[in-house]
Parts: sequence; structure tokens; C-alpha cells
Amino acid sequence: MSFDRRDLFRLAAVAATGAATQAHARPNKTMPEEALGLLFDGTLCIGCRACMPACKEANGMPPELTPLEANGQTSAVWDAPLDISGSTLNVIKAYRDGTGEHKDEVKDGFAFTKQSCFHCVDPSCVSACPVSAMTKDPVNGIVSYNVDACIGCRYCVAACPFGVPRFTYDTPKPKISKCQLCRHRLEDGKFAACATVCPTGATLFGKVKDLKAEVARRKALAPGTPTTYPRGRIGGGDSYSARAGRYVPRVYGEHEIGGTQVLHLSGVPFELLDKPELPERAPAAVSESLQHGLYYGLLAPATFLGILVAAARRNMVAAGKNPDEVKKP
Amino acid sequence: MSHAAPAPVGGKLVTPITTVLGVMVLAMVAVLAVRFVYGLGAATNLNNGYPWGLWIAWDVVTGSALAGGGFATALLVYVLNRGEYHPLIRPALLAALLGYLQAGFSVVADLGRWWDFWHIFWPGYAQVNSVLFEVAVCIMAYTVILAIELLPAALERLGWQRAKKKLERVLFVFVAIGVLLPTMHQSSLGTLLVVFGPQVHPLYQSTVLPLLFLTSTIGMGYAAVTIEAAISSVALRRPLEKEILGKLLQIGRGLMALFLLVRFGDLVWRGALHFAFEPSLPMLTFWVENLLFSVPLWLLASAAARGRARLIFLGAMAMALGGIVYRLSAFLVAYQTGAGWHYFPSLGELTVTAGLIAFEVLAIILAVRVLPILPAARSSS
Repeated sequence: MSFDRRDLFRLAAVAATGAATQAHARPNKTMPEEALGLLFDGTLCIGCRACMPACKEANGMPPELTPLEANGQTSAVWDAPLDISGSTLNVIKAYRDGTGEHKDEVKDGFAFTKQSCFHCVDPSCVSACPVSAMTKDPVNGIVSYNVDACIGCRYCVAACPFGVPRFTYDTPKPKISKCQLCRHRLEDGKFAACATVCPTGATLFGKVKDLKAEVARRKALAPGTPTTYPRGRIGGGDSYSARAGRYVPRVYGEHEIGGTQVLHLSGVPFELLDKPELPERAPAAVSESLQHGLYYGLLAPATFLGILVAAARRNMVAAGKNPDEVKKP
Repeated sequence: MSHAAPAPVGGKLVTPITTVLGVMVLAMVAVLAVRFVYGLGAATNLNNGYPWGLWIAWDVVTGSALAGGGFATALLVYVLNRGEYHPLIRPALLAALLGYLQAGFSVVADLGRWWDFWHIFWPGYAQVNSVLFEVAVCIMAYTVILAIELLPAALERLGWQRAKKKLERVLFVFVAIGVLLPTMHQSSLGTLLVVFGPQVHPLYQSTVLPLLFLTSTIGMGYAAVTIEAAISSVALRRPLEKEILGKLLQIGRGLMALFLLVRFGDLVWRGALHFAFEPSLPMLTFWVENLLFSVPLWLLASAAARGRARLIFLGAMAMALGGIVYRLSAFLVAYQTGAGWHYFPSLGELTVTAGLIAFEVLAIILAVRVLPILPAARSSS
């Protein structure tokens, strides 16, 4: 058998590139028919932040105090998170420029945005998690977390392009925190707490297909036209009257890494709202295509092992040598 | 060609050097106590923007690659039947076992919910689409294989000749698996980054990451074997096996050439080469790595150069350093998770990493003194 190192490199190269590109490229996953989600319309948001304490109450999470409050220098009244964290799943953030006088304008204006889990159609966190602690519901598509499975490796934290899963570094018994779309409230006919309390319908709960229809309706309206917006959840009967907003063309979440179940409309460009620029191809699909290509049916590793066993046997046993014994002259 | 049989080096176990190393290990234990009692935040600078830090990027990803000498040398000696490299095999396997043990140890220290680590291997929990699943299973299995590959040395020391003979009859199977597993997980250590998508700088993010990590690991493995041989020859005042090491680095040169070819070819293919000329921190590390990887190509171009101890050592150092910088920058510099996040290892993280290295060196010193690992000195043969 002639088998030298060049053959080996060739084999490695074939295994690493050939197989991966030919076999089993996995397309992005597709939206479940009954997917549930949120529509956040920045032009409707008035920045009242009612959704934030409602989220905490619904999920039993502690308030985050300001440094002054934490030091006891002032009474601890305000829940004042600046960002999502181990104890905050949802934050309203503001863009502000110059005098900050005009709502939803880039110059001398301000605008609001919501930060919480996007419930990706093809989530990186689910692909990354080695122990099935992050899972996507096949019916409603909610991405949820199971602390009892979690080993705290934080691969999900690193993988999420939106920076959503947060880890509690300050305790010896840590866990991951992320919005799970109030899945624990769905059984009682309730829905996401943030949408439930939103006074203007800026955060709206519903099936993604209905939310998409609502997006299309809003975008078709001439800015300034009086209209009514569903409030709470689509089909709940409650509504709010206002004038139609002026939107940037893009609907954030429609295409990002293969689409998300939380959609954002905005009056200002999304770059100004710290929403990352992302490709349409899901990184989870790229990663799994590569892994499945290399390890499809374990064919490549099994073949390689066969060659290795044959070569090692020939060199160590069949030639009558004791492998670990020294060659005698 | 004949080689001296491996034999214990002998000598005192408590020396100034082993004492210093012992103190470093104790400092590590103190930091780990803080980490396990108060949580990761109390001992590390890890945060939600940089959830993976030094312990993963250095101890696991880089440490196990430097331990690649074990499988890279086994590949040469047993699979490609290059008997001339035989004297390198036991030291390489020992360094590999210790390298993988420290990687496994770091993982446990780094896991937030370490008491449930067995979930990775448990049906019902195990998630086979996760790259980390593959890495964890392979690393765990390979550590066991390494221990089996080294078992003959221990049996020899104990004088259990019959057990040794029996084991050696089937050892080829373990040697073969011991080459397969690192080929898999060392490439997967690169694949770990793929799911990070655009969070990894385009100079680094690529679907050829597994091939780049694999080729550089084998190179780093041969470099580490060379450096270890050089250090032990100086420390034990023995002649350096220049001829063998020069040949080993010749293979290393081929690997470095392949690495650079694939890396630049991929950048051209993806239309991302222009990032190599746009100022950024990843651009800087990119060129530092490539420069280091290219050192053996020109420094050791002639057979005469490959026969000179100093140049052999320099070439191996450049190759190892290149691999180190490549891994650290891929995981910590090229990984950019958005504005406002920063990470630099804390004193505690550095103490643990230093303590683990000290532990490895200490274990190697003690092992070569007690076990038949290194070839017996020339004068005695």
C-alpha cells in the first residue's frame, strides 16, 4: 500500500471542502404556519416604558436599581435598566439627535425602539446549544430556554447576532435570561405582557401572518391619514386611533438571518437604532450545512478511520514489530 | 537506524523550579475557589458581549492545538510508517494528554452550570447539530485514547510485561482512533466560529475554517514537539535530534504553505481580500499570523538551515506563535459583537491559565523523571 502524507492531505482537503460543498447544504428554515410574534411600530411608541415593568411582573424578575439607589443614597423606587440583562428581558431605548424636538426624524429628532428576543425562524442559539436547552417550538415558533438542561456554556450568548441571551455572571448558580414571548401565559388565553399593557398598540401581539398583513396595511397608508390600530393583540377587538406614520421602507426582521417572528417598523433608519446589519442566509444554516457535509452519515470519518486502522495495523502488527518497542539495528 | 529505548531520567523531584511551579498551581486553586463560590463574574472579566474569554480561547482552543503533537506524531510514526520519528512519540503523547486534561479542566471551570456537564453526552439532551457537541464528545473520547496510548509506559514501569504485550497487540486500533478524533475536533474548533456569522470579521469568518484550523494544528503540533525536544535537550544536557527535527519542520513547511494558500485563496474566492488592506485590529492580527506562518518557509528553505539547532528552534517558535495568535485573534479579536463591549482577561483568569501551564510543566518534569518517556541518553547506549 502506498500511502504518503500527500494522500493524507488530499483526503483531509476533500473531506473538509468537497463533501461540505456538495452534500447537504441546508436551506434556511421556514416560518411555522401558526408562528406567534410581535410587531413593534416605533412611530406609535410614546416611550412610556409601561411594557418594561409589565414584563418584569409577568416573568417574576427583580428590578435593576440605579447606582444611587443601589448605594442607598436615594430611595429605591425606580426600575432603571439601561439594557437587557440577566434580570431584564425587554427594554425601550431611544435615539436622540441635536435638540431632540421632532419625533421620528433623524435631524434634531428622537425615536424609540424595543430590544428583546426576535424569535428567529432559524435561530443561531438553538443551533449552537449542545444540550437542547434552547429550543424552537415547532408549532408557534417561540424560542424558549430550559434551565434544567442548560450547562452554562454561553455558546448561545456568543452566537446570537442580536445579543439577546444574557448570562448571570454574578452567581454560582447562573442561568440564561431571554424573552420567551410569555409562553407561560398563553395557556390561560393571555399573551405577551409587553403587548398587553401597551397603550398605543406600538407593541402588538399576534400570529406572524396577521402581523405581516398589518404591516402591509400600515405601509400602504399615506402618512398623516387618520386610522385605527389594533391594540394588545390582533383580533382582540381593542383599538387605538392615530394618524398613519411615515416609515422607512425596510421592515426589520423580514429578511434578517432568514426572518424573525418579531417585526419592527420605524420612522428612522434602523442603523440609528442599533439594529445590526445581517445577511439573509442564516448562520445556523451555514454552520449545520458544513457540519452535516463533513459528518454526513459519518461516511468521511468512517472511511478515514478504516484507512488509519489498516495503515496502523500494517505498520504496528503485521510487520511483526511491537509498536512501542524500539527498533533493533 | 537505531534508537535508545525510553527510560526514566531520574533525579530529584523537589527543586527550586518545581517549587515555583507548585506555588503557581496553588494560586490557581485560590482563584478557582472564588470562581466556584461567587460565580464567574467574581473571578473573570467575561460579559454578555464576550461570553467566551481566555479560558476558552487559550486553554481549550489553543492549548489543545499545541497538544496536537500527540496525534501529528502518531500519524507520522504509526500511520505513515516513519520510524525515524519514533523517539518523539512518547514525549509528544505525554504533552498531548496533559494538554487535553488542562483543556477539559478549563471547560469545567468555565461552564456556568458545570454540575450538569454530562448532559452533553446524554441522549435526550445531546444536540447533534451543535458544533460544540461534536467538539466536546471528541475531546473527551480522545483524552481517554491518549491515556491508553501512554499506558504501555506505565505498565513498563510497573513491570507488568504480560499486560503490556496484550495491550500492544490491539494498540493499533487506539492509535488509529487517536488520529481520527483530533482530525475531527481540531477542525471543528474552527467550525465553532461559523455560527457567529457576521459577528466574526470577514478576514476570519469562512467555511474553510475547519481546514485552516486542521492544517495549523498539525503544524503547531510539530512545532510544539520540536520546542519540547529542544528544551529537554538543554535542560537534560543531551544532544538535540537535529536530523529528525529538521525533517519534521520540512513537513511543517508544507503545512504552512498549504495554510497560506487556502487562506488567501479563500479570501480571493469570497471577494474579501480588500479587508486585508483596510485598517482594523483584525487586519493587524491577520498579517502578524501570516508573517509568523511564513517564517519557516523562508528561514528553513535550505537543508543546511534545517540542520542548525538555532534556526530549527526559531522556525518552530514562529509556527507555534503563528497558531497561537491565529486562535486567540479568531476568538477574541475578530469576534466583534457590537459597540460598547470590551474584554481583556482579568488577573484571576490569567492566574488560572498560568497555573494550568505550570501544572502541565510540573507534571511533565515529574513524569519524565519517574516514567520511561524520553529516550535514554546517548552515552548509555
